[in-house]
Amino acid sequence: MSVDLDSHPRLAPGCRMNEKTQQPRTLLMPERALRLNGPSLEIVERCDGKHTVRQIITELRQLYSKAAPAKVEQDILGYLALLQKERALDFEP
Amino acid sequence: MTSAIANPLALIAELTHRCPLHCVYCSNPLELQARSVELSTVDWARVFQEAAALGVLQADFTGGEPLIRPDILELIRTARAAGLYVNLITSGLPLDESRLEALVQSGLDHFQLSFQGAREEIAQEISGTKAHSQKLRVLEWLKRHRVAVTLNFVIHRRNIDQLPEMLALAESSSASRVEFAHVQYYGWAFANRNSLLPTRDQLTYSIDFLKKAQERLAGKIKVEYVVPDYYAKYPKPCMGGWGRKLMLITPNGDALPCHAARVIPGLTFENVKNHSLREIWEVSGAFQKFRGEAWMQEPCKTCDRRALDFGGCRCQAFLLAGDAAATDPVCSLTPQRSKVDAILNEINFAGAGMAAPSAAPISAQHLTKPAWLYRPNPT
Repeated sequence: MSVDLDSHPRLAPGCRMNEKTQQPRTLLMPERALRLNGPSLEIVERCDGKHTVRQIITELRQLYSKAAPAKVEQDILGYLALLQKERALDFEP
Repeated sequence: MTSAIANPLALIAELTHRCPLHCVYCSNPLELQARSVELSTVDWARVFQEAAALGVLQADFTGGEPLIRPDILELIRTARAAGLYVNLITSGLPLDESRLEALVQSGLDHFQLSFQGAREEIAQEISGTKAHSQKLRVLEWLKRHRVAVTLNFVIHRRNIDQLPEMLALAESSSASRVEFAHVQYYGWAFANRNSLLPTRDQLTYSIDFLKKAQERLAGKIKVEYVVPDYYAKYPKPCMGGWGRKLMLITPNGDALPCHAARVIPGLTFENVKNHSLREIWEVSGAFQKFRGEAWMQEPCKTCDRRALDFGGCRCQAFLLAGDAAATDPVCSLTPQRSKVDAILNEINFAGAGMAAPSAAPISAQHLTKPAWLYRPNPT
């Protein structure tokens, strides 16, 4: 599975964040829940069908400007691939 | 002391034991609860709020058939309002397209549709009723709604040869997940065990087939499967450990550590009408009974795997070894394993020689219809 940089990742049906008032912030999905913090939360919050993968990378590079840009991209692509394997994401054109 | 107990993550809400199906492997207890004792809408709403406050993330609406509850939409709304993720596990029978739309509008997150097979004949034999064509209709309606869909196939000796058709059905639907779960032997399935247990050849075939399916469909459909633990070397970590992750509420409000816990003698179950969920979870005798490791016997007591499988299933230990605190008899490290092997030998001897190498092996018993014990519908 490779991730298309120009696609728009969006949380799949039945996958959603818990309410903003609930802590810790958690991605809820069928039979699973993932606690999110820091970069993972920043990534999932941008999987809204409006950001492209490329835009997510650009924005996180700005947020984490001390990290090596190549490492940020690699981590994001790895995390998106993991979520895809869980069927938590749809990649829209 | 109590603060050291981790909170439950999921609440299994058995909303009713009433069901239009009579499945021969139903996980409900043999003694079904009547409609007259079922919790009210208000009771359930309080249970959902208490569950969320306790740290529960997900509610599994099951039954019986949860859609038989006339207040199902309100139950979904109140569970969502409490902050829970709502799963519905249904036969799809009491449903039409407008009611499905209402379920989704009410906040349903995940729709799990149970199947008894890939064809009408086997589905009717297993469920004792005509339900398959309605399920196919529900699959079509689901394509028009934004909700997670899982297809749940329960696998056993009589339908294991239909795995390719079942998978094709999942691929033609909007499902993002498909579960192939071999029957687990409790309740009605325990009573019908000798007609349900697959042969070793069938099991090997199913694991091989489903592994390939998992690889082929990675990223498209999540293929999950549960093997029958009678064939396993080590026991399953039943319920993720007793009183560690899950809490089950029966239709009348009794709180149980698992579906089958009522078979264990000497346990008393508290009711949500008399106690808060937190109190039941943290201090009730039934939830404390097999929590931790103090209750364990050898070989579990000194086994390195005890933190992985928690000694297996307490109900199975009682059903097969007559002692709920014994090591789960499916474990190859206990002398009690011989009891499980004797059961398997009987199945595999009868089915010997019938296996075809490339197709699904069919056992001799497959050819004649067994004398099933069907689950009745409570009043």
